[in-house]
Amino acid sequence: MTTTSIGAPPPSVEARSAGVARSSARRHGSRLTPYLFLLPFFVVFATFVLVPIAVGAWASLHRWSLGLPGRPLVGLENYARLFDRSEVLSVEFWSGMRATAIFTVLSVPLLVVVPFAVAMLLNQRFRGRTFFRAVYFAPYVLGVAVIGLLWRYLLDAQLGPVNQLLAAVGLPGDTLWTSSLPAGWVSLVGVTVWWTLGFNAVIFLAALQDVPVELHEAAKVDGAGAWRRFGAVTVPSMRRVLQFVVTITIIASANMYGQAALVTQEQPGTATRTAIGFIAQTGIQGFDIGSASAMSMVLALLLMVVSGLVLALFSRVGGSEQ
Amino acid sequence: MTAAPAPARRADRPAPRRRPVRPDRLLLWAALVVLTLVFALPLLVMLSTSFKSAAEANSLDFTVLPLAPTLDAYRSVLTDAPVLRWFVNSTLVALLHSALVVVLATTAAYAFARMEFAGKRVLFALVLATMFVPAVILLIPNFLVVNELGWLNSYASLVVPGAAGGFGVFFLRQFFLGVNPSIEEQARIDGCNSWQVFLRIVLPLAKPAVATLAVLSFLTSWNDFLWPVFVLFTSDMQTLPAGLAQLQSDNVLRYDLLMAGAVIASAPVLLLYVLAQRFIIEGVAQGGVKG
Repeated sequence: MTTTSIGAPPPSVEARSAGVARSSARRHGSRLTPYLFLLPFFVVFATFVLVPIAVGAWASLHRWSLGLPGRPLVGLENYARLFDRSEVLSVEFWSGMRATAIFTVLSVPLLVVVPFAVAMLLNQRFRGRTFFRAVYFAPYVLGVAVIGLLWRYLLDAQLGPVNQLLAAVGLPGDTLWTSSLPAGWVSLVGVTVWWTLGFNAVIFLAALQDVPVELHEAAKVDGAGAWRRFGAVTVPSMRRVLQFVVTITIIASANMYGQAALVTQEQPGTATRTAIGFIAQTGIQGFDIGSASAMSMVLALLLMVVSGLVLALFSRVGGSEQ
Repeated sequence: MTAAPAPARRADRPAPRRRPVRPDRLLLWAALVVLTLVFALPLLVMLSTSFKSAAEANSLDFTVLPLAPTLDAYRSVLTDAPVLRWFVNSTLVALLHSALVVVLATTAAYAFARMEFAGKRVLFALVLATMFVPAVILLIPNFLVVNELGWLNSYASLVVPGAAGGFGVFFLRQFFLGVNPSIEEQARIDGCNSWQVFLRIVLPLAKPAVATLAVLSFLTSWNDFLWPVFVLFTSDMQTLPAGLAQLQSDNVLRYDLLMAGAVIASAPVLLLYVLAQRFIIEGVAQGGVKG
């Protein structure tokens, strides 16, 4: 029997007091041991997750400019300014929110449907499946800076191979992919699909491989065709994973920053500047902590509402099918 | 029947070695090849352009392969810009971050998986709950915390803040729960205390899961963009992604240089990917299916 810390009561005393504590104390020495195991994680967790959540909420209620003395409590003033259309800040913030919304609405359906189709493809039986899976996933490991630079080049209106290729096959080759709308959105969404398709596809593929073969066999015996089996067996068994992927994809798309910073460089004007980009610029470069915190809260709240809606939608669809 | 040995016995249909090519197989292979080109070609163009001269890379006539391959672009980014320094920064930061994530996540996950203590459920619920808090909420406050600690423009600002995530704890706890407890019991009977059991028995058993978490954390840190762009301000402190953005704004229309920089930033992660592909893909797949 071992105790790791001096001064703790001997385990046998613990042992008599409670059933659970008994085996725990016997197996793990001091009752402090679990907390020592947790300590390193929780120090960092408290400092960079818990405290910041509280600080963010607090800051959003104060006028706080970094470097200036005084942080007076202003109640909801920071929030009110965001909804006051005569404020430049409000106009710019909602323009960023609009950009984020456009990007999210355009990218999420593609980032669910296309990876699902690719996963179905990879779920067939053929040689070299692991190889193809690895190739399709590869762009994801490269990170947004590399991807952004690469596509800034590929999509360059004059020097980029995309336009030169289009012209070579007789299509219009003068689209301003990175500095006009709506081409800019096509670029941002296309680059993002290319970059992260593999991530969602790998998750879908793992889930497809978990769908019990017997279900498919049973449906086949009942005379269901391939499409019917897809609708009646595959999709319902994937409900949980679909919900997970839809949720994380919405959150990822709503956090889009790097693509707009590097591929379109927020052009034309600041039309492709996303909300998170504007929040960072306001708070960190503009030192307006109060406003930036209020904006973060608004964006986070909207995201939580949307995630909640996704959850509700999926449980309703699931409920009606059972 | 001249079927292949083992798998054919299990297969539901007989698989003769030479059967006529079915149209759906043709379609499958066509799709696979087209997708491969879609993903591989842009990366090959990046590589090819990095070996072009400035004139060729930035000309109105795109060439697939460099007419006269040269290392000028690499020479230029490695000497005129501190790309080498950024490379060292990125490597150090990603290694330290990954190590810290592993230390924090393994210890906490083991406590949650195997120990009983007051407040266990509340603490675990708290960790899980923060996984659903949108990260944007942490951006400005983390900047303030890092500023308060005097960590702006330092390695610490990149290594520590994201190290205590719920994912690692959740992921490893699942793994530890799947380990047969009798092995640990035996070690205890043999006189090991909790730390010894953890270090000598549990961690070695958890090697695949720990490797997955380490590799994923390394990638996340190596590729992180938004945070370093805003917390680093001197040129010599940049990581590669943040430095590449600087390179881009300093060298408009010098795609030879930008592609050389992009290749330098890609090489280590692509190498890691080739070596640890299984861990990376399995990690992502498990995170999704079990998460």
